[in-house]
Amino acid sequence: MVVEHFPVLVVAVSLISAYTILVAGWLNRKSSCFISIATITFQLILALFILHHVLTWGTIHYPLGGWAPPWGIEYVVDALNAYVLVILLFASLLVAIYSWRSIQSELPAKKTVSFYVLFQLLVTGLCGITVTGDMFNLYVFLEISSLAAYALIAAAGGRALKASYNYVIMGSIGACFYLLGVGFLYAVTGSLNMADLMSLLPPLYGNRVVQAAFVFFVIGMSIKMALFPLHLWQPDAYTYAPSAVSAYIAATMSHISVYALIRVIFSVFTLDFVKAYIGMDLAICWVAAIGIIAGSVLAIAQNNFKRMLAYSSVSQIGYIVLGMGLAPATTWGFFGAVAHILNHTIMKGCLFLVAGAFIYKAGLRDIREFRGLGKRMPYTSAVFTIAALSMIGVPPTVGFATKLFLMVATLETYNYAFAGVLLLNSLLELVYFGRLIERIYLLHEEPESESELNGGTRDEKRIPYSMLIPMFIFAALCIIAGIFWLTNLATPLIEPLTDLCTGVMP
Amino acid sequence: MVESLIPLLAILCPAFAAPLILLFGKHPNIREWWTIAAGLAMFSLIFLMIHTVLSGDVVDCVLFQTMFRDSLSGYLKIGFRVDAFGLIFALTSSSLWILVSFYSIGYMRSLREHAQTRYFFSFAFAIFGAIGVALSRNLVTMYIFYEILTVSTYPLVAHDQTPEAISGGRKYLAYLMTAGVFFLFGVIMVYVLTGTTDFTNGGIKALSALAPTHKLILTVCFFCFLLGFMKAAWMPFHSWLPTAMVAPTPVSALLHAVAVVKAGVFGIVRVVCYIYGVDLMNSLGLGLILACIAGFTMIVANLFAIAQDNLKRRLAYSTINQLSYIILGAALLTQDGVRGAMMHIPFHGYMKITLFLCAGAIMVASGKKNISEMAGIGRAMPVTMLAFSVGALGMCGIPPVVGFISKWYLCLGAYQSSLTYSPIMIVFLFTLLIASLLDVVYFFPIIHTAFFKEPEDKDEDGKEPKIKEAPIFMLVPLTITAIFSIIFFIAFILRAVGIFSPYMDILSLHIYDLVRIAVGNVFII
Repeated sequence: MVVEHFPVLVVAVSLISAYTILVAGWLNRKSSCFISIATITFQLILALFILHHVLTWGTIHYPLGGWAPPWGIEYVVDALNAYVLVILLFASLLVAIYSWRSIQSELPAKKTVSFYVLFQLLVTGLCGITVTGDMFNLYVFLEISSLAAYALIAAAGGRALKASYNYVIMGSIGACFYLLGVGFLYAVTGSLNMADLMSLLPPLYGNRVVQAAFVFFVIGMSIKMALFPLHLWQPDAYTYAPSAVSAYIAATMSHISVYALIRVIFSVFTLDFVKAYIGMDLAICWVAAIGIIAGSVLAIAQNNFKRMLAYSSVSQIGYIVLGMGLAPATTWGFFGAVAHILNHTIMKGCLFLVAGAFIYKAGLRDIREFRGLGKRMPYTSAVFTIAALSMIGVPPTVGFATKLFLMVATLETYNYAFAGVLLLNSLLELVYFGRLIERIYLLHEEPESESELNGGTRDEKRIPYSMLIPMFIFAALCIIAGIFWLTNLATPLIEPLTDLCTGVMP
Repeated sequence: MVESLIPLLAILCPAFAAPLILLFGKHPNIREWWTIAAGLAMFSLIFLMIHTVLSGDVVDCVLFQTMFRDSLSGYLKIGFRVDAFGLIFALTSSSLWILVSFYSIGYMRSLREHAQTRYFFSFAFAIFGAIGVALSRNLVTMYIFYEILTVSTYPLVAHDQTPEAISGGRKYLAYLMTAGVFFLFGVIMVYVLTGTTDFTNGGIKALSALAPTHKLILTVCFFCFLLGFMKAAWMPFHSWLPTAMVAPTPVSALLHAVAVVKAGVFGIVRVVCYIYGVDLMNSLGLGLILACIAGFTMIVANLFAIAQDNLKRRLAYSTINQLSYIILGAALLTQDGVRGAMMHIPFHGYMKITLFLCAGAIMVASGKKNISEMAGIGRAMPVTMLAFSVGALGMCGIPPVVGFISKWYLCLGAYQSSLTYSPIMIVFLFTLLIASLLDVVYFFPIIHTAFFKEPEDKDEDGKEPKIKEAPIFMLVPLTITAIFSIIFFIAFILRAVGIFSPYMDILSLHIYDLVRIAVGNVFII
């Protein structure tokens, strides 16, 4: 069927588009954004077809160049990939639309074309990571996306250069760890194909090399997704990157790294490996739990809005990892983790877009300057409020769905400590988002100059629709997806995921 | 079981009104019209359901199934199930919302308050949450609406935007969101233990089956629920309520005498009677503990109330005290106790709202907030102060105001409890009586000051400052609630005698029949 060719098409189209943008942007700078948006829309449509196909017909296997799997590179798309791919491309689309005006105001005009080339390359890399079924191929795409991300973060110049440099160092270490892990596995099994590794590994579970590889994978990807305490590159990178970039990286790139880790743990090593070492799942849970609390506590201490969101991301990534750690004991843990990939994409994407809008409007970065924004920017503030309530986990938003799944998972396994961590964290989030809501809506703005006292208005830019609409869509999704998770409409997704969790071959 | 969409439609009235209110923010008259229309529509829809419930049925409305398995009904469902007890709360809240909406219009316009659109918007959402809590079919649904109620009332509490209001709002949110966390823990714990969270007549059987082995966890879980229902303002977790009195008076009236705090006690009664069940409560010894908390709160809150000079704060402490009557009623675990508790929810709602509306009317008409300044105000504002006296009499439990009836049943319940469970429970009979006495101690001085003291703040000419009654928009609602506080009493008497009772039943919203059915459900007669 034609849909079976779509996984490779998603990547190829994106890659070609990146170079098309370069050429077309040379001729006409404005075309670059539209080519990017058009490409991503096309990719999204492909991804939706793939998701539909996977949920109705089962996993897609696509051997590249017709080389049979263990030797050639194979693209494998099951329910988890397809789901992540749709989320990734949907968020990419919204950010691409948003970036058009946001980038114009934050970057010099001559950088526009290179921005979109890099952006499209980033999308390519992330799509590649998502669809591939080959360990080394995954590394290649990881590097493509990382290199593009380093450059994008540095785009603004100034302090962003240092942030980006930090990220280069840390990210390279992470990627190296991953590569070492791949090398180790290849040394003992002679294979790079995930499905092949899954069948070859079980007799070797006791092998030190395999165990070392596992640790390398976990640490490498933890750096990439900024899991506490390996998050040090991330706050600077998010703070100084252009708004559209920080939104994109926070909303998608970190989750793709999480996805890669899930893939490695569940499809290469499988849960049998995790269960073979008693206490490993618990150790993962504890790291995640500490990360959840530490991220929130650090977020409370911040005055820069984007930096606060960055620390909040550290905490939220902990949710996903906590879910993964609970997966051996209960499927709700794994499901909570997978659901939170979507939920956090929506919430954090929304919040970073709002941060970009605040910067666009008046260069507001410090939350102490947010007094009275509710009057100046009613729509953006409303969007912010919805996203903030989701972060706190007020029903019926997406944050509540995650909290519900993970709470059931923790209490089903009688892990009261983790339940306490989850609940405590929602209170901590109330602290740092509550104070913002209070500032935005309740504190009166201090008049700054004489002209304002006399009723004069300052000349502020209006937020254009191309920035408002993506924010509105995200905000609406906060509630729609929240209700969606409560209904049983998501059941078709559960069964394949449960299979994955229990180690049934796709 | 009657399947019907009426509960959903009723809930959607305020939910639809809220965006319309926002949309017509520039046209106050149309905006207020939406509030009133939604109130009337919602009340009539809820009134429609009385017929079904009176015939011993429940109205069932499933919104959707979740992915969670349920040991009773396949999958855990989100939706509504209207039984007699839920209907009592829903009727109270929705009927009072209409009255308070009228009052709000008068109050907000007389004081030329700012941000009126935000006010009415949040108000609609708050009532959406309250009715949702009343009608929900299981703990999960209840939790969802409970949180919506918490969040939507925050802008109302912090409405003034003064530093005091902001810190009050912060305290409010801190207390109640923390409570929500405990509530969620309890809900999921019950789900994990029993596989269901549906409100079941007589309590969930799977839960009582766990009693011999899981004693500790059940007790801890119950305390989590209790902390979760911090909205009931039991001591020592009450201090958010007096602080929240910085809100505009109609907010204090509806939310802090009816919707918010009643959602708390409603939740406690729900958990005691429909989740744990009377037998389980008794076998775990939780009834006595709960009764002790309630008894302690009743006495201490009243002592605090005596010391307050600010009228609204005094009323706030009186609320804390009266809420504990309801908790005590449930804690007695006897038929009359539960009957008294269930009756006290609507009755206290009507009486306390009268008092708050009067306090607001006095503030609008004269700008006075403290009781010591109110000397002689009864002569300037006779209607308001008469209504106030009716409410105050009701609070003290003096006929012919309806507070007497619920207190009478509570006392009977305490006596019954001492016969069925243990003789110690007779202590709570005396607690009730002492608390009522203390009610008299702090309510009668207000009436005395208002009617019999000479006004002090005279001009140099010796003339009294001109104080007139509050605007008609405010006066009518408080008169109506005062009259209804008496009508409920008359209806009770006429039911016993047997004359005019069909008409009186409709006027009294069938509360006595509903309570009879609800008590029957709890004790499965």
